[in-house]
Amino acid sequence: MTGHPERALPFVLDQPRAHWHDESLWFVRQKRDRQASALPEWEELRNAAHAIKSHTMSRLADYLALFESNAVANGIQVHWARDANEHNEIVYGILAERGVTRLVKSKSMLTEECHLNPYLEARGVEVTDTDLGERIVQLRKEPPSHIVLPAIHLKRQDIGALFHDQLGTEAGAADPAYLTEAARGHLRDKLLNAGAGLTGVNFAVAETGGVVVCTNEGNADMGASLPPIHIACMGLEKIVPRLADLAVFVRLLARSATGQPVTAYTSHFNGPRAGGEMHVVIVDNGRSKILAEETFRRSLNCIRCGACLNTCPVYRRSGGYSYGYTIPGPIGSVLAPHRDPAAHASLPFASSLCGSCSDVCPVKVDLHHQLLAFRERLVKEGKTSSAKSLAMSVMSTVFQRPWMYGAGGWLMRRVVPLMPRFVLYGPWNPWGLQRELPPMPSESFRDLLEKEETR
Amino acid sequence: MTQIGLFIPCYVDQLYPRVGLATWRILRGLGLDVEYPKSQTCCGQPMANSGCGDAARPLAERFLDVFGKYKHVVTPSGSCASMVRNHYDQWLAGKPGFDHLKSNTFELCEYLVDIVGVTRADGDFPGRVGIHMSCHGLRELRMARSSERMDAPFDKVRGLLAQLRGIELVTLSRPDECCGFGGTFAVAEQAVSCMMGRDRIADHERAGAQVIAGFDMSCLMHLEGLIRREGKPLKVAHVAEMLEGARLS
Ligand code: SF4
Repeated sequence: MTGHPERALPFVLDQPRAHWHDESLWFVRQKRDRQASALPEWEELRNAAHAIKSHTMSRLADYLALFESNAVANGIQVHWARDANEHNEIVYGILAERGVTRLVKSKSMLTEECHLNPYLEARGVEVTDTDLGERIVQLRKEPPSHIVLPAIHLKRQDIGALFHDQLGTEAGAADPAYLTEAARGHLRDKLLNAGAGLTGVNFAVAETGGVVVCTNEGNADMGASLPPIHIACMGLEKIVPRLADLAVFVRLLARSATGQPVTAYTSHFNGPRAGGEMHVVIVDNGRSKILAEETFRRSLNCIRCGACLNTCPVYRRSGGYSYGYTIPGPIGSVLAPHRDPAAHASLPFASSLCGSCSDVCPVKVDLHHQLLAFRERLVKEGKTSSAKSLAMSVMSTVFQRPWMYGAGGWLMRRVVPLMPRFVLYGPWNPWGLQRELPPMPSESFRDLLEKEETR
Repeated sequence: MTQIGLFIPCYVDQLYPRVGLATWRILRGLGLDVEYPKSQTCCGQPMANSGCGDAARPLAERFLDVFGKYKHVVTPSGSCASMVRNHYDQWLAGKPGFDHLKSNTFELCEYLVDIVGVTRADGDFPGRVGIHMSCHGLRELRMARSSERMDAPFDKVRGLLAQLRGIELVTLSRPDECCGFGGTFAVAEQAVSCMMGRDRIADHERAGAQVIAGFDMSCLMHLEGLIRREGKPLKVAHVAEMLEGARLS
């Protein structure tokens, strides 16, 4: 079965592009560092965000109920979806009942997770992603490769070629300003003619019954305000208790995500516009199962800033698609195996456990510890290679017997230097594909110590 | 009670005996009461990091048996020290002596700085040196402030090495990015692992380093493997070897 290593290989083999990808994302990480270091209270903010989220998760049902009653009082229609399919049915139901055939969307990883676009398109609804990056990958019929920067894997020449093909821009044109202008014209048309607008939700405030959407392009605001119907889709973990809590999260989100002090737009939607309708769809899709698990509960604190992707030395060098899941990077590697452990068994191992993700995370999700915990679960459930487990238990047997360990070490140090290179570095030695083995010393530390003590 | 139980990780014992000996001499040189219990083998980290908890547990239990009797346990490996301190709970919590072991196991530099109170390193190490901050020492033991965090900076390793005469510590463009070793990761994900390693080496080269210094031989073994394959002039050195000849006080 192909896993992360196999999918990462072609990405790594294109070294110039892999380096370019690594540098692009490291640049974002550095922007984040500059913004974060400008706030003396950065670590306190992270602690506060962690505490607020953890508290919220500890009484999520209460806050969800409070949110619903306040939202309903605001004139918002609230829907509950158990899984992706229910979510898609609800959205389609709203559109179909009102005869809407053109939907504009702003960024929403949840609808990616639920595969809403193909569901609606199969039922005759034209769906247009209006976030520039999202639109680019949509035109390429690809999923996003990053949760905040969906087209980060593409160079501007790639985008120039795509727009030439699909939007009729000049051949060979790759000037970002020119391409953005072309996209803007194209998207404006879609926005003006849409029957409904769908947005994601960054935060849903229980105390006010309103939702908050943070974006940079203004497309969410146009999508939610031009058509008469606004549908906002949210995972049930998006709740924060009070409006005041936003002060903590809004300061952390954009700084962590893109290294901006704040997103260009932080839009509060507290009810339908005059004469219009507003719907909020609250989706579980496996989240309550994660909530029930002590070890993994904290992954629900995630605010999808993408910082753990930008900092991850593996993600930067293997690209979003190597993860084979809607959400790539460390947080994706924690979330994906909850959904399908067998299909995503390689993801918790696609990490050197360096812990950079846990230190960068604005809500302090202990990502690398969760990856480690998942490894153990996958081994227990028999979802990983049995050869590896066998090798590990053989090693353990040896290490439990000092004489065996001593003899084994002695033998290795004698035999390895005698082996011809083609045997030692055959294809069965993945270490040696690009690396030398360490030189074998004739004596172990124990041997040296004995001499030292009789000196 | 013997003061220090010296823990020499299995691969250091077998492959880098000089690092073990340097550690022994440093501790002895400080006049400390050190013992190397011969029944020790491996802390179980390779198994634990592969998710094979059942294979790791007996080694954790053995470790407690072997090292439980010492006031302090010292090891020239940040990663193995972190294994004991941060990952043994799942198997040993509540066992007699575990709380003591857990809070008294140290990586060498940490031990020198925090417990012995070494403030001066009087010795020579002429040359340009880049420090490789291995991740577990950095982000699990907090031997320095990681670049992601925004609290007050500190660095226990640099603090010691910077005092050596003739040493020039170079500035890396990515001060603490992972080298890509990661235990079985180095093999299972060899393509990504080696690219990470080569990128680290390139950063040290650009900064003008002649030596990559570190406190975990596992990372250095990976980096050295790449360096030797490519025939580069760069060397790697463990901090214990660098501090061995110095007078510490
Ligand atoms: S896990 Fe943390 S760093 Fe990663 S996307 Fe979520 S909030 Fe951001």
